[in-house]
Amino acid sequence: MAKRIDVSGLTAYYGSHKAIEDISMTVEPRSVTAFIGPSGCGKSTFLRTLNRMHEVTPGGRVEGKVLLDDEDLYGTGIDPVAVRRTVGMVFQRPNPFPTMSIFDNVAAGLRLNGSYKKSELNDVVEKSLKGANLWNEVKDRLNKPGSGLSGGQQQRLCIARAIAVEPDVLLMDEPCSALDPISTLAIEDLIGELKERFTIVIVTHNMQQAARVSDRTAFFNLSAVGQPGKLIEIDDTERIFSNPSVQATEDYISGRFG
Amino acid sequence: MSHAVIADKRPSALRGARLPKWSSWAIAVGSVAIAVAIGLGAGLDSRIQWGLIAAILFILGTYGIAARVEGRRQAKDRIATSLVWVAFLLAVVPLVSLIWATVQRGVKVLDVYFLTHSMGVVADSEPGGGIYHAILGSLEQVGLATVIAAPIGVLTAIYLVEYGRGNLARSVTFFVDVMTGIPSIVAGLFILSLMLMFDMQPFGFAGSLALAILMMPVVVRSTEEMLKLVPNELREASLALGVPKWRTIMKVVLPTSIGGITTGIMLSVARIAGETAPVLLLVFGNPFINANPFEGAQASLPLYIYQQYANSAGSTAAYDRAWAASLTLIAFVMILNLVARGIARWKAPKTGR
Amino acid sequence: MDISTQNTQAPPPTTQPPVAEQKRAARGATRPGDRIFLGLSRGSGIFLLVIMAAIAVFLAYRASLAISKDEGNFLTAFEWNTNLNPPVFGIAVLAFGTVVSSIVAMAIAVPIAVAIALFLTHYAPRKLSGPIAYVIDLLAAVPSIVYGLWGALILVPNMNGLFGWLNEYLGWTGIFSWEGGAPRSMLTVGILLAIMILPIITNVSREVFRQVPQMHEEAALALGATRWEVIRMAVLPFGRSGVISASMLGLGRALGETMAVATVLSPTFDIQASLLDPGGGTFAQNIASKFGEATEFGRDALIASGLVLFVITLLVNGAARAIIARRKEYSGANA
Repeated sequence: MAKRIDVSGLTAYYGSHKAIEDISMTVEPRSVTAFIGPSGCGKSTFLRTLNRMHEVTPGGRVEGKVLLDDEDLYGTGIDPVAVRRTVGMVFQRPNPFPTMSIFDNVAAGLRLNGSYKKSELNDVVEKSLKGANLWNEVKDRLNKPGSGLSGGQQQRLCIARAIAVEPDVLLMDEPCSALDPISTLAIEDLIGELKERFTIVIVTHNMQQAARVSDRTAFFNLSAVGQPGKLIEIDDTERIFSNPSVQATEDYISGRFG
Repeated sequence: MSHAVIADKRPSALRGARLPKWSSWAIAVGSVAIAVAIGLGAGLDSRIQWGLIAAILFILGTYGIAARVEGRRQAKDRIATSLVWVAFLLAVVPLVSLIWATVQRGVKVLDVYFLTHSMGVVADSEPGGGIYHAILGSLEQVGLATVIAAPIGVLTAIYLVEYGRGNLARSVTFFVDVMTGIPSIVAGLFILSLMLMFDMQPFGFAGSLALAILMMPVVVRSTEEMLKLVPNELREASLALGVPKWRTIMKVVLPTSIGGITTGIMLSVARIAGETAPVLLLVFGNPFINANPFEGAQASLPLYIYQQYANSAGSTAAYDRAWAASLTLIAFVMILNLVARGIARWKAPKTGR
Repeated sequence: MDISTQNTQAPPPTTQPPVAEQKRAARGATRPGDRIFLGLSRGSGIFLLVIMAAIAVFLAYRASLAISKDEGNFLTAFEWNTNLNPPVFGIAVLAFGTVVSSIVAMAIAVPIAVAIALFLTHYAPRKLSGPIAYVIDLLAAVPSIVYGLWGALILVPNMNGLFGWLNEYLGWTGIFSWEGGAPRSMLTVGILLAIMILPIITNVSREVFRQVPQMHEEAALALGATRWEVIRMAVLPFGRSGVISASMLGLGRALGETMAVATVLSPTFDIQASLLDPGGGTFAQNIASKFGEATEFGRDALIASGLVLFVITLLVNGAARAIIARRKEYSGANA
C-alpha cells in the first residue's frame, strides 16, 4: 500500500512569486516525515505540491518531478483527481462537511468512486473510525452532523475520512495547531499507529511534536522575506535534534531564531 | 475482508485517458455546424431553434464522447461544465439583444430637438415631437420623492443602528424588509385609495409619494449597511471625549459613511426613476409641458415609453420615439449607477489607514 | 451539582438590576440635542410602520367597498365587469395567470441563475468573472418598462418558430398546444419575467457560493473529487438555503411585475390550459390595463385585486426572510 515519494528539483510559484525553490528529497514508505521551519518557509506549499493541491490556488504552478513509486505525479496524462485520491490530506483546521452526518463524512470519498452496498460501506466506515480512534466515541450517533463534535474529534473524523479511501500517502498540514493539548496527544498517538499502514508526511510548527512523532525530519528555511523557501537538510529525527549537520538547523532548533 | 474487495475496484494507475484540450472547442464547432445544417435543411426560420439545437447537441456530444474515453465520473464533470457554459451563453443572448436593440433603434430619433420638445401638437401616430415634458416630469417626481424618502430613510437607519433595541427596532427592521417586497403597483394603489377618499385628480406629487414609499426601504437598508461598517472604536473615542451622542453621530459617524450613504441613495433613485406602474395610476400622463407637480396630470419618461408603445396602434414613428426614450432612460439610470459606484469607491470608509 | 444550582438561581437577581440601572443612566443623561435627535430618528422608524399599516388599512377599506357590492364570487368568478349593474368580478383568472407566469419564470430562471452563479464563482476565468458580475449588477438596474418594450417588439416576433416547434413535438400534452395566434401568451410572459429576475437571483446566489469556506472545497478536492463533485459535496449543500431565499426574492418580483406583462400579454378573461395560446391575465397587468377606463367603483375593484397581490407578495417575501434568518442562526452555530 504505502509508497515511496521521490522529489527532485521541485520549484513552486504563486503567479510570478517563487514560493519554494529546487527541493529534492526522498520520503520513505511506512514512516513519518516531519517538515519544520519558520513561518513562510514554504513547507505547507511543498506539502500541497505532493498531491497537486497547490495548483488549485489561483496562479499556483509547479516545476520539477514528484515520483510516487516511479510514477511522476506531474507527468503528461496524469489525472490530478486520481492523484489526490491516492495521496490523502488532513488540513490545519478540522473541515468535516457541515451538512453531512458523521457516517456520510467518512463515506464521502468512497461514494465518489462508485456505488457500494450498504454493508460494505458500514464495514469501511467502522474500520476507518476505529483506525482514527474515534469509533467508541461516535458509534451511537453516526447519523448526527459531524460539526457537532469537539475540535479534536472533528480532526480525527477528517483523518477517518482521509484513510477510508485507503490512500498510499497521508499528508497532514499542521493537524494539531487548532487543538488543545489532550486532543493533540490523541492525534499524535494515532499518527504512530497509522504509520504501520501509510506513508505519512506532517507539517508542524511544534518541534517537540516533530521529535515525538516523526522518524525523519526535514528543515526548511528562507534566506529573507520574499525569497523562496529552501530545503536545508533532511535526516533521521534523532540526528536533526541532537547533532544536525547544518548550523542553521541547530540555531533554529535551539531557539536562536525563528 | 470486504475492504480489500473495495480497494480492488479503484483504478490502479494515476493516469486516466484524457480528451485533448481542444476537444471542447471541436465539439462546440461541430454541434453548431450540425445545427446550422439541420436549420437550413429543415427550413427552420427561427434562430432561437438553431441555438437550442446546437446547445443540446453540444451537451449530448460532450457527454457521449467523454463517457466513452474518460469514464462516467469525468463525463459528469464535463457535462456540468458544458451546462454551466451553455446557461451563461443562453442568458447573454437576450441581454445583449436588449442593449443592442435599444441603442440601435434609439439613436434614430434621439437628437437635441427630441430632447427639447414636447408631444403637445404631435399626434401619437405621426413623426416628430420629443420627450422634454416627460424628462421634466420625471425629474420633478423623482426629485420630490427623494426629498421625502432620503431623510426619512437615513434617519430610520440611524435609529436602527445607533439606538435601536427592543421590540420597536425589531418590528421596524421586519417591516422594512416587508416593504422592500411591495410591488410598485400596490404602492400606487395605496396613494390612489387616498386620492379617491379626497376626490383628487391625478398630479405629479401623488406619483412622488408612491415612489417615496418604494424608495424608503431601499435607502434604509443601504444606509444601515454603511453605518454598520463604521468601527465602534470611532464612536467610543468620541463619546469618551465627552461629546454627546447626537453630535458623535453627526460629526463622526455620518461623515465617515457619507460616501456609502450617497451611493445607496443614488442607486435607489436609479431604481425608482424607471418605475412606470404607480405613475400610470397617479400622474396619468400628459402630452403638454406641465411644470407644476402639484396640479394637473404630468408626463414621465417611463410612462411616456409605455404610452408611445400602447396608444399608437403600431405606428413606426411612435415605436421609434419609445426606443429613443428608452435609450435616454437607460442612459440616465446607468450614469447614476456608474457615478454612484464611483463615489462608493472614491469615498470608501477610511479605516485601513 | 452545587455549581449548577448556583448558576440557575443566583445570577438573575444579582445581575439584572445593574443592567437596568445602566440603561436608565444612559437614557437619563440625554441632553436636549440628544432627545431631539432620538425623537427624529425614532419618529422616522415609527412613520415607516404607520405607512405599512396605512397601506393595509386603506387598501382593505376600499376593497371592502367594492367587494360588498360584488354580485359574483370575488374569489372564483371568471369575469371582470365592474360597469354592470349589479357588478360582477372575481380574481380567479388573475390568480391563475399570476401563479402560472411566475412558475414558468422560476422554472427557467432559477436553474440558469444558479448555473451562472456557479460559472462566475467556479468556472469562469478570474479576469472575466469580475466584469461579468458588474454587468449583471447593471442589468438588474434596467427599468422594467424597457424590458417590456423589448419583449413586445423583439422577443414576441422571435417566438413564432419556438412555438411552432413546441406545438409540433409537445402539443399532445395540451400545455404546449398552439392555435397559431400571436405569441403574446403566458409562456412568452414567463420567459420575459425569467430574463428580468435572472440578475437578482444570480447576484444573491453568487454571494452565497462565494461564502462557501475554502476549507470545505479543499476537503472534497483532497478526497479526489472532480470539480463538479466538489460543487455537489461542498458548494450546493452550503448554498441551498441561500439559493432558495434568492429565488423567493425573484418570485416576489415576478408576481408583482406590471409593465413587462402589460406590454407583452394579449389578455382575455379566461383560463387557458395551453401556455402558448394568448390569453389570461395577472393581477398587476389587469390593474394597469383596466385602470384607464375604470369608474370610481371600478378602481375600488382593482384595489381589491391589488390587496390580494399585496398579501401574496407579503407571504412570499416573509418566507424568504424566514429562510435567510434561519440560515444565519445555522451558520452562526457552526462558526
